Amino acid sequence: MKFRAKIVDGACLNHFTRISNMIAKLAKTCTLRISPDKLNFILCDKLANGGVSMWCELEQENFFNEFQMEGVSAENNEIYLELTSENLSRALKTAQNARALKIKLTNKHFPCLTVSVELLSMSSSSRIVTHDIPIKVIPRKLWKDLQEPVVPDPDVSIYLPVLKTMKSVVEKMKNISNHLVIEANLDGELNLKIETELVCVTTHFKDLGNPPLDVVFKCIPIILASESTHEDRNVEHMAEVHIDIRKLLQFLAGQQVNPTKALCNIVNNKMVHFDLLHEDVSLQYFIPALS
Amino acid sequence: MKCLVTGGNVKVLGKAVHSLSRIGDELYLEPLEDGLSLRTVNSSRSAYACFLFAPLFFQQYQAATPGQDLLRCKILMKSFLSVFRSLAMLEKTVEKCCISLNGRSSRLVVQLHCKFGVRKTHNLSFQDCESLQAVFDPASCPHMLRAPARVLGEAVLPFSPALAEVTLGIGRGRRVILRSYHEEEADSTAKAMVTEMCLGEEDFQQLQAQEGVAITFCLKEFRGLLSFAESANLNLSIHFDAPGRPAIFTIKDSLLDGHFVLATLSDTDSHSQDLGSPERHQPVPQLQAHSTPHPDDFANDDIDSYMIAMETTIGNEGSRVLPSISLSPGPQPPKSPGPHSEEEDEAEPSTVPGTPPPKKGPSPVLAEDSEGEG
Repeated sequence: MKFRAKIVDGACLNHFTRISNMIAKLAKTCTLRISPDKLNFILCDKLANGGVSMWCELEQENFFNEFQMEGVSAENNEIYLELTSENLSRALKTAQNARALKIKLTNKHFPCLTVSVELLSMSSSSRIVTHDIPIKVIPRKLWKDLQEPVVPDPDVSIYLPVLKTMKSVVEKMKNISNHLVIEANLDGELNLKIETELVCVTTHFKDLGNPPLDVVFKCIPIILASESTHEDRNVEHMAEVHIDIRKLLQFLAGQQVNPTKALCNIVNNKMVHFDLLHEDVSLQYFIPALS
Repeated sequence: MKCLVTGGNVKVLGKAVHSLSRIGDELYLEPLEDGLSLRTVNSSRSAYACFLFAPLFFQQYQAATPGQDLLRCKILMKSFLSVFRSLAMLEKTVEKCCISLNGRSSRLVVQLHCKFGVRKTHNLSFQDCESLQAVFDPASCPHMLRAPARVLGEAVLPFSPALAEVTLGIGRGRRVILRSYHEEEADSTAKAMVTEMCLGEEDFQQLQAQEGVAITFCLKEFRGLLSFAESANLNLSIHFDAPGRPAIFTIKDSLLDGHFVLATLSDTDSHSQDLGSPERHQPVPQLQAHSTPHPDDFANDDIDSYMIAMETTIGNEGSRVLPSISLSPGPQPPKSPGPHSEEEDEAEPSTVPGTPPPKKGPSPVLAEDSEGEG
């Protein structure tokens, strides 16, 4: 297994750093999948994560000007590594004013991802910072649990409001209840509701817009499995899901920058699926319904 | 003792107190003929820090009222720091700071003269104490390096603020290397990220050390001096010797000088200091241990002075005899197999002949009763 990559462009480096900061906020430990064309940050829906799962994908050629990898074998030309996300974001933080950043897979008495940064320095000599991030190589037999999750057939699909606004609302609601209801309809309305014995608080977002179905399913043409067609359903009918507010807050806290595209798919009483695009990096986040 | 600090120097004094507060919980204030000295030592006696402010630093400096002995006192660091807590406030509103110590009163008076006629007076209680002095001599250290504090500040930037210890050494090509140091825990599967910063010789004003030398010391304590040196835009010198011998960090300008003396990990405990060969063993960090048991149960100063190995000769005016603090960790106490052994030693009650042995396990009283009845 081999992996070596290099970033020299400042903008790419900053973008990659922002992505790793986001991942660090979303998942304490995650899987990094390296394949010839892409890098993925994966969190699979284990009980330990509370059923939450995440799939983040970026095209390597948008970031790295050098990228070489050799997977586990020729037929399985991929590498799956488990690491502590904060280590990567901390390592990248030192690369803010770097001339170049190199990442490679090494084995310095324990397997690591070595991030090596060449800093710009006042004096003639170069300064080099090296971070050895300990990793765990994930064996081939566990790869099946780390595949791209299937986007479910949603009952409602809607564009999200400004995430910062949503986050400040949810942050205040967290003090009142752990149980939040997120509901939306095909008329561009999304509500966040909490309910306790003493009080009910609902925040209404209107005129959000609903994405056309081809955007939701990423393919044309589509055949709906359900009997009722899109036009038949009452557009004002709300699909809802009861979720743990802390999981939603964790997701929102990870979005430091407003994404290029943000939509959410609700499967009635089953789960909510967030589909974001940060420039050219896609992030999918699944929060299951409270049982 | 009476001294008056004015203008920008008030903030400098405040910053020095902040620096010292990173090391110890008690501040030893001693007015000397060559200036006011502020000293502290940490609880495990593995770090000592001292700032000496020359008389010129003050608008007015009187070490002692004529005819009287030089007084010295020990104050709670927390109390003294609270006066200088907000550096921003010091800079913006404080015009003068007057520190006075009166032999008759039992209070150290710190008075801040602020804008708009506001005067804040702090009366801090203190304890009389002996002189706190560590025996060290930078000139006796074979290795040294000197660089602007800014360079060293940039050098420690990649390290996590939570990192306790760092290894400093000279690598191939006379490059100065700083590497994060982590204690190895036997059964810990979670390994820590290792960070290494490598600087060229050109960044240093002076570099007197061969390739391969390295020492490991407490980064958190070093940061205390570093932040002061950076704000005062001074050069920082590091004098060091073999692993295990204390490392001396110094700063100096015309009005003040500062010395931080930190213990370093000794060779027998840490093989990983060799920056060339990255073999990692199981070091017991000697930074925590020291050769004499820690007298936690003693409340008064007398025993404290035993710890500092005081010697005062009778009839020596102003008692400026310099006792030594044993700062180099020295040999391990005979029964300390691991890093937590010190606590275990203290927990065991001492066996005094004639007294019943300490009772352990389930309450013996109940056991006796049941036996008696049965």
